[in-house]
Amino acid sequence: MGLEQFKNRNVGTQNYKMLDLGETPKSGWCQFKQVVKRTFKGELIVGLWVTFREMINALFRGQMHTVKYPFEKLPISPRYRAIHDMLRLLESGHYRCIGCGLCEKICISNCITMDTRYDENQRKEVSEYTINFGRCIFCGYCAEVCPELAIVHGPRYENASEQRASFSLFEDMLTPIDKLNLQQEYDGFGAVSPNADDNIKPTPLAY
Amino acid sequence: MGTVNIKIDGKEFAVKEGEYILNAARANDIFIPAICYLTRCSPTLACRICLVEADGKQVYACNAKVKEGMEITVDTPNILEERRAIMEVYDVNHPLQCGVCDKSGECELQNYTLELGVDSQSYMIPDTKRETTNWSSVLHYDAGLCIVCERCTTVCKDMIGDAAISTTKRGGEALDKGFKDTMPKDAYAMWNKLQKSIIAPSNGTEYTNCSDCGECVAVCPVGALASRDFVYTSNAWDLKRTPATCAHCSSGCQIYYETKPASIEDRDEKIFRVTNEWNYVSLCGAGRFGYDFENRTAGKDEKAFAAAVEAFKKAESIRFNSVITNEEALMLQTLKEKMGLKLVNPDAQAFQKFLSAYSDASGQSLYSYDFKEVMATDFVMSVGASLRNDNPNARYAFNNVQKMNKGAGLYFHPVGDNLVPTFGKNVEIFTHKVGLEEAALYLILDLFADADKLPADVKEYIAGFKTSGTKTIKEKVMKDVTETVVDEETGEEKEISKKVPEMVEKEVTVEKNGLVELLGKQSDAFADSFEKIMKKKESFSLIIGEDLYFHEKAENIAKLIALIEQTSSVRVAMIPPKTNSLGVALICDLDEEATGYTIGYNENGDFKLSALADGDLDMPAMNQQEGTLTNMHKRVTPTNAALEYKGYELNDIMKALIGAPDETIDWTVKLPVEKGFKSVEFDTLPNGYLNNGTENRGYQLTSKSKKAKEIKVDKIDESIVPEGEIVYRCNPQRQFNDFSDKAHEIFEAFGLYASPARAEALGNKVEIDFGDRRITVDVIADERMDGDIAALSDFKSAQDVYGLFGKSRYKTVTMRKV
Repeated sequence: MGLEQFKNRNVGTQNYKMLDLGETPKSGWCQFKQVVKRTFKGELIVGLWVTFREMINALFRGQMHTVKYPFEKLPISPRYRAIHDMLRLLESGHYRCIGCGLCEKICISNCITMDTRYDENQRKEVSEYTINFGRCIFCGYCAEVCPELAIVHGPRYENASEQRASFSLFEDMLTPIDKLNLQQEYDGFGAVSPNADDNIKPTPLAY
Repeated sequence: MGTVNIKIDGKEFAVKEGEYILNAARANDIFIPAICYLTRCSPTLACRICLVEADGKQVYACNAKVKEGMEITVDTPNILEERRAIMEVYDVNHPLQCGVCDKSGECELQNYTLELGVDSQSYMIPDTKRETTNWSSVLHYDAGLCIVCERCTTVCKDMIGDAAISTTKRGGEALDKGFKDTMPKDAYAMWNKLQKSIIAPSNGTEYTNCSDCGECVAVCPVGALASRDFVYTSNAWDLKRTPATCAHCSSGCQIYYETKPASIEDRDEKIFRVTNEWNYVSLCGAGRFGYDFENRTAGKDEKAFAAAVEAFKKAESIRFNSVITNEEALMLQTLKEKMGLKLVNPDAQAFQKFLSAYSDASGQSLYSYDFKEVMATDFVMSVGASLRNDNPNARYAFNNVQKMNKGAGLYFHPVGDNLVPTFGKNVEIFTHKVGLEEAALYLILDLFADADKLPADVKEYIAGFKTSGTKTIKEKVMKDVTETVVDEETGEEKEISKKVPEMVEKEVTVEKNGLVELLGKQSDAFADSFEKIMKKKESFSLIIGEDLYFHEKAENIAKLIALIEQTSSVRVAMIPPKTNSLGVALICDLDEEATGYTIGYNENGDFKLSALADGDLDMPAMNQQEGTLTNMHKRVTPTNAALEYKGYELNDIMKALIGAPDETIDWTVKLPVEKGFKSVEFDTLPNGYLNNGTENRGYQLTSKSKKAKEIKVDKIDESIVPEGEIVYRCNPQRQFNDFSDKAHEIFEAFGLYASPARAEALGNKVEIDFGDRRITVDVIADERMDGDIAALSDFKSAQDVYGLFGKSRYKTVTMRKV
């Protein structure tokens, strides 16, 4: 962007277009006449007609332009970064998170913390997971770094609550097990690229 | 040792003679990749990745020694091809779940795979199922991740001396013969071996019979070995490393406390593990696993503090132990000087007396060798130390000499030990009677001293033990025999004379050494084996242990040791009894007995300052405070606070009593220079190791020399040999004090340890009668003990075992089953 317009400080030579505002009423009688003239000009009806027309369109012709917000919501882009979701494996229903700790490491506002342990099945288990949403800046790095597509940004953008803890635990973010069939594969931040298959090299391990 | 000049990649270096190429390169910051090699251990030759070209020939840098004028090339096209193939083989069937691996990026397999640019895989073989197992209460082995570099088995054998793990059959499929022709030679050989083996406890069972030091965990380049407590609890990158000094025993090893917030609920820092520079220092189980002994306090307890200040004002004496920093010792000494308090510390006092008797006789304020120097000798002796329990690093040194220097050793101790004989075949064990340590030293004089330098009376006294006798020995003699044989082809008879060996009995005069017999060994058998183990030995060292400081004739023993040093090439290293006994012995003026109102610092007293949270005023534990410790290597090493401490510390009491600087570490510069300390600011003290293995930690104490007195030694006093049931004051492995006991991963219990046979005879529980006092303890069988002497632990200060034993480590007692 050039800086010419800022450097031109000689505002006096600009070309102004003057509006025709008519005569300013001089006497009390003239003022009274102007009020009466403006009141009964009929322009009010023109405005009301537009409102009336749209009301008819919305109510009877199915052309409603607004949504009943708390009850209805507009669809948002998959790339929108709102409160995180923790996804499950579609086949087993087990949560995808393997507890690698990469999200914890990459988080630039240091708001992710997890506790892990060695479980009975000799696997790494995430015993507790939390995101401090008082600090989260929704940058999306955690979703991008996740090797398992386990943590993603969901569409839940209503962050108002009685307490911050309301969103921040693992269970709150995890897909409820009974809604597993409704779990959407995420194609926003960190999702596999459409040509991912082409980039994978087969290993020689035929076994 | 001299230096030789070599060229690595065209650059000239002067390096130590007889050094391996790899070590020489590392010391000069030249990178040669190597996975299986461990400094201070013998080359394993498992990975073969350290291949270099020396004078036109391919050699393994880890086991080829430098020669004058050698020209070394690290990378040649052929070597690079070999290395890449080796790394590809290591990656065959290695799990790809790096995300959950405990190594979390500290992985050498990952590093070398990237370093050598392995981005595709040309080899394959079906995988074998490998089970995850727990080897002991602390060791966790994930065989699936293991690359069988054998670093764990090497360190366990060459450094630790347990040899508790070894390679065993994996049962994997045999390699396709086709690979032999198509792949580089070394890579094939390495793969062939790798495919056949896996690591397992060497005793054939599922569990290791070892001292649980965890050094195998430290050296593991991948995530195969981990501590059971640490598995899957944290990523390496989350942990904050605090360099410190281990405060459990007098070895004062360098460690890193690794901390992070305990959990989501508890944001206070917690120590998750302890790591070490395993190429240069080996830890014991207490150092590695006994880390959570911190004293968590809510805040400053002003009432208790006021009471403490009052208590100090009316106190007559302070009882403390040696688990304190030099700075605190100096504070206590200052209190003694300004307020006339008595300082009581039995272990440091015994050592102080011994050391001063030694320095009067030898003319130097400190013993001559540190344990690094001991490790470099090829003949090592130990008198009066229960090597396995008293000090792990002394034991490692003893073992390392046998394994690395083709060394030999003599081990004198009344308590039979099954481990020490396994260190090497050139180790002679004397299980002598209690109290005969003087005889052991006289024997050393006899064996090593230059007879001309010995005082006439000593010479005569030793000669008095020698008697000559005759012995019948069998000897091989070559005898001429003439035989008549018939030639098969011609049928002619021929006489052939040939020599045939024959055993002949022969009488020889042998000199009988009464000292050897006195110490419970056959004189002639010992003479034979001694001659054998003395071959090609050049440097000699002697380790002195706690038994001698708590000996009735300690003063005479100290003189004998000085005499040994004066008349022979044997050099002495001493093991201070507790963590900072050497520091306390140098800094404090200690008194015999506590009188009147006594303040106990981590000890019993009328008012108790305690870092164990059981006293009247809380004190910070060793992992919560800064300061310096004086270790047995005669080095003053800094330690840092790994965890927060919110309460009062000793310096605050000093401030209230007599005025003191702001911080505890401001005392560091005031440490007594006349005793060998240096006037250095704490913050300037380094705490690490250099690439060539130089210990760059704190500073070395200066040994002050003075005029030596003429040494007059007494004869062996056999009257002090006790009879009857004897109990020995000795801690189990991995236990040193209340702090190691507090740690949750140290399981060794307080009790009476005895050999399995003795333990069975004693039953489950015994009451030990010390005459004036009694103690009832559990009997615990220790497979590695032998003989009838049982060992009573002293690590619980509340039990006052020091008090029971008084000025000796051995006591005659009566025991009764309960």
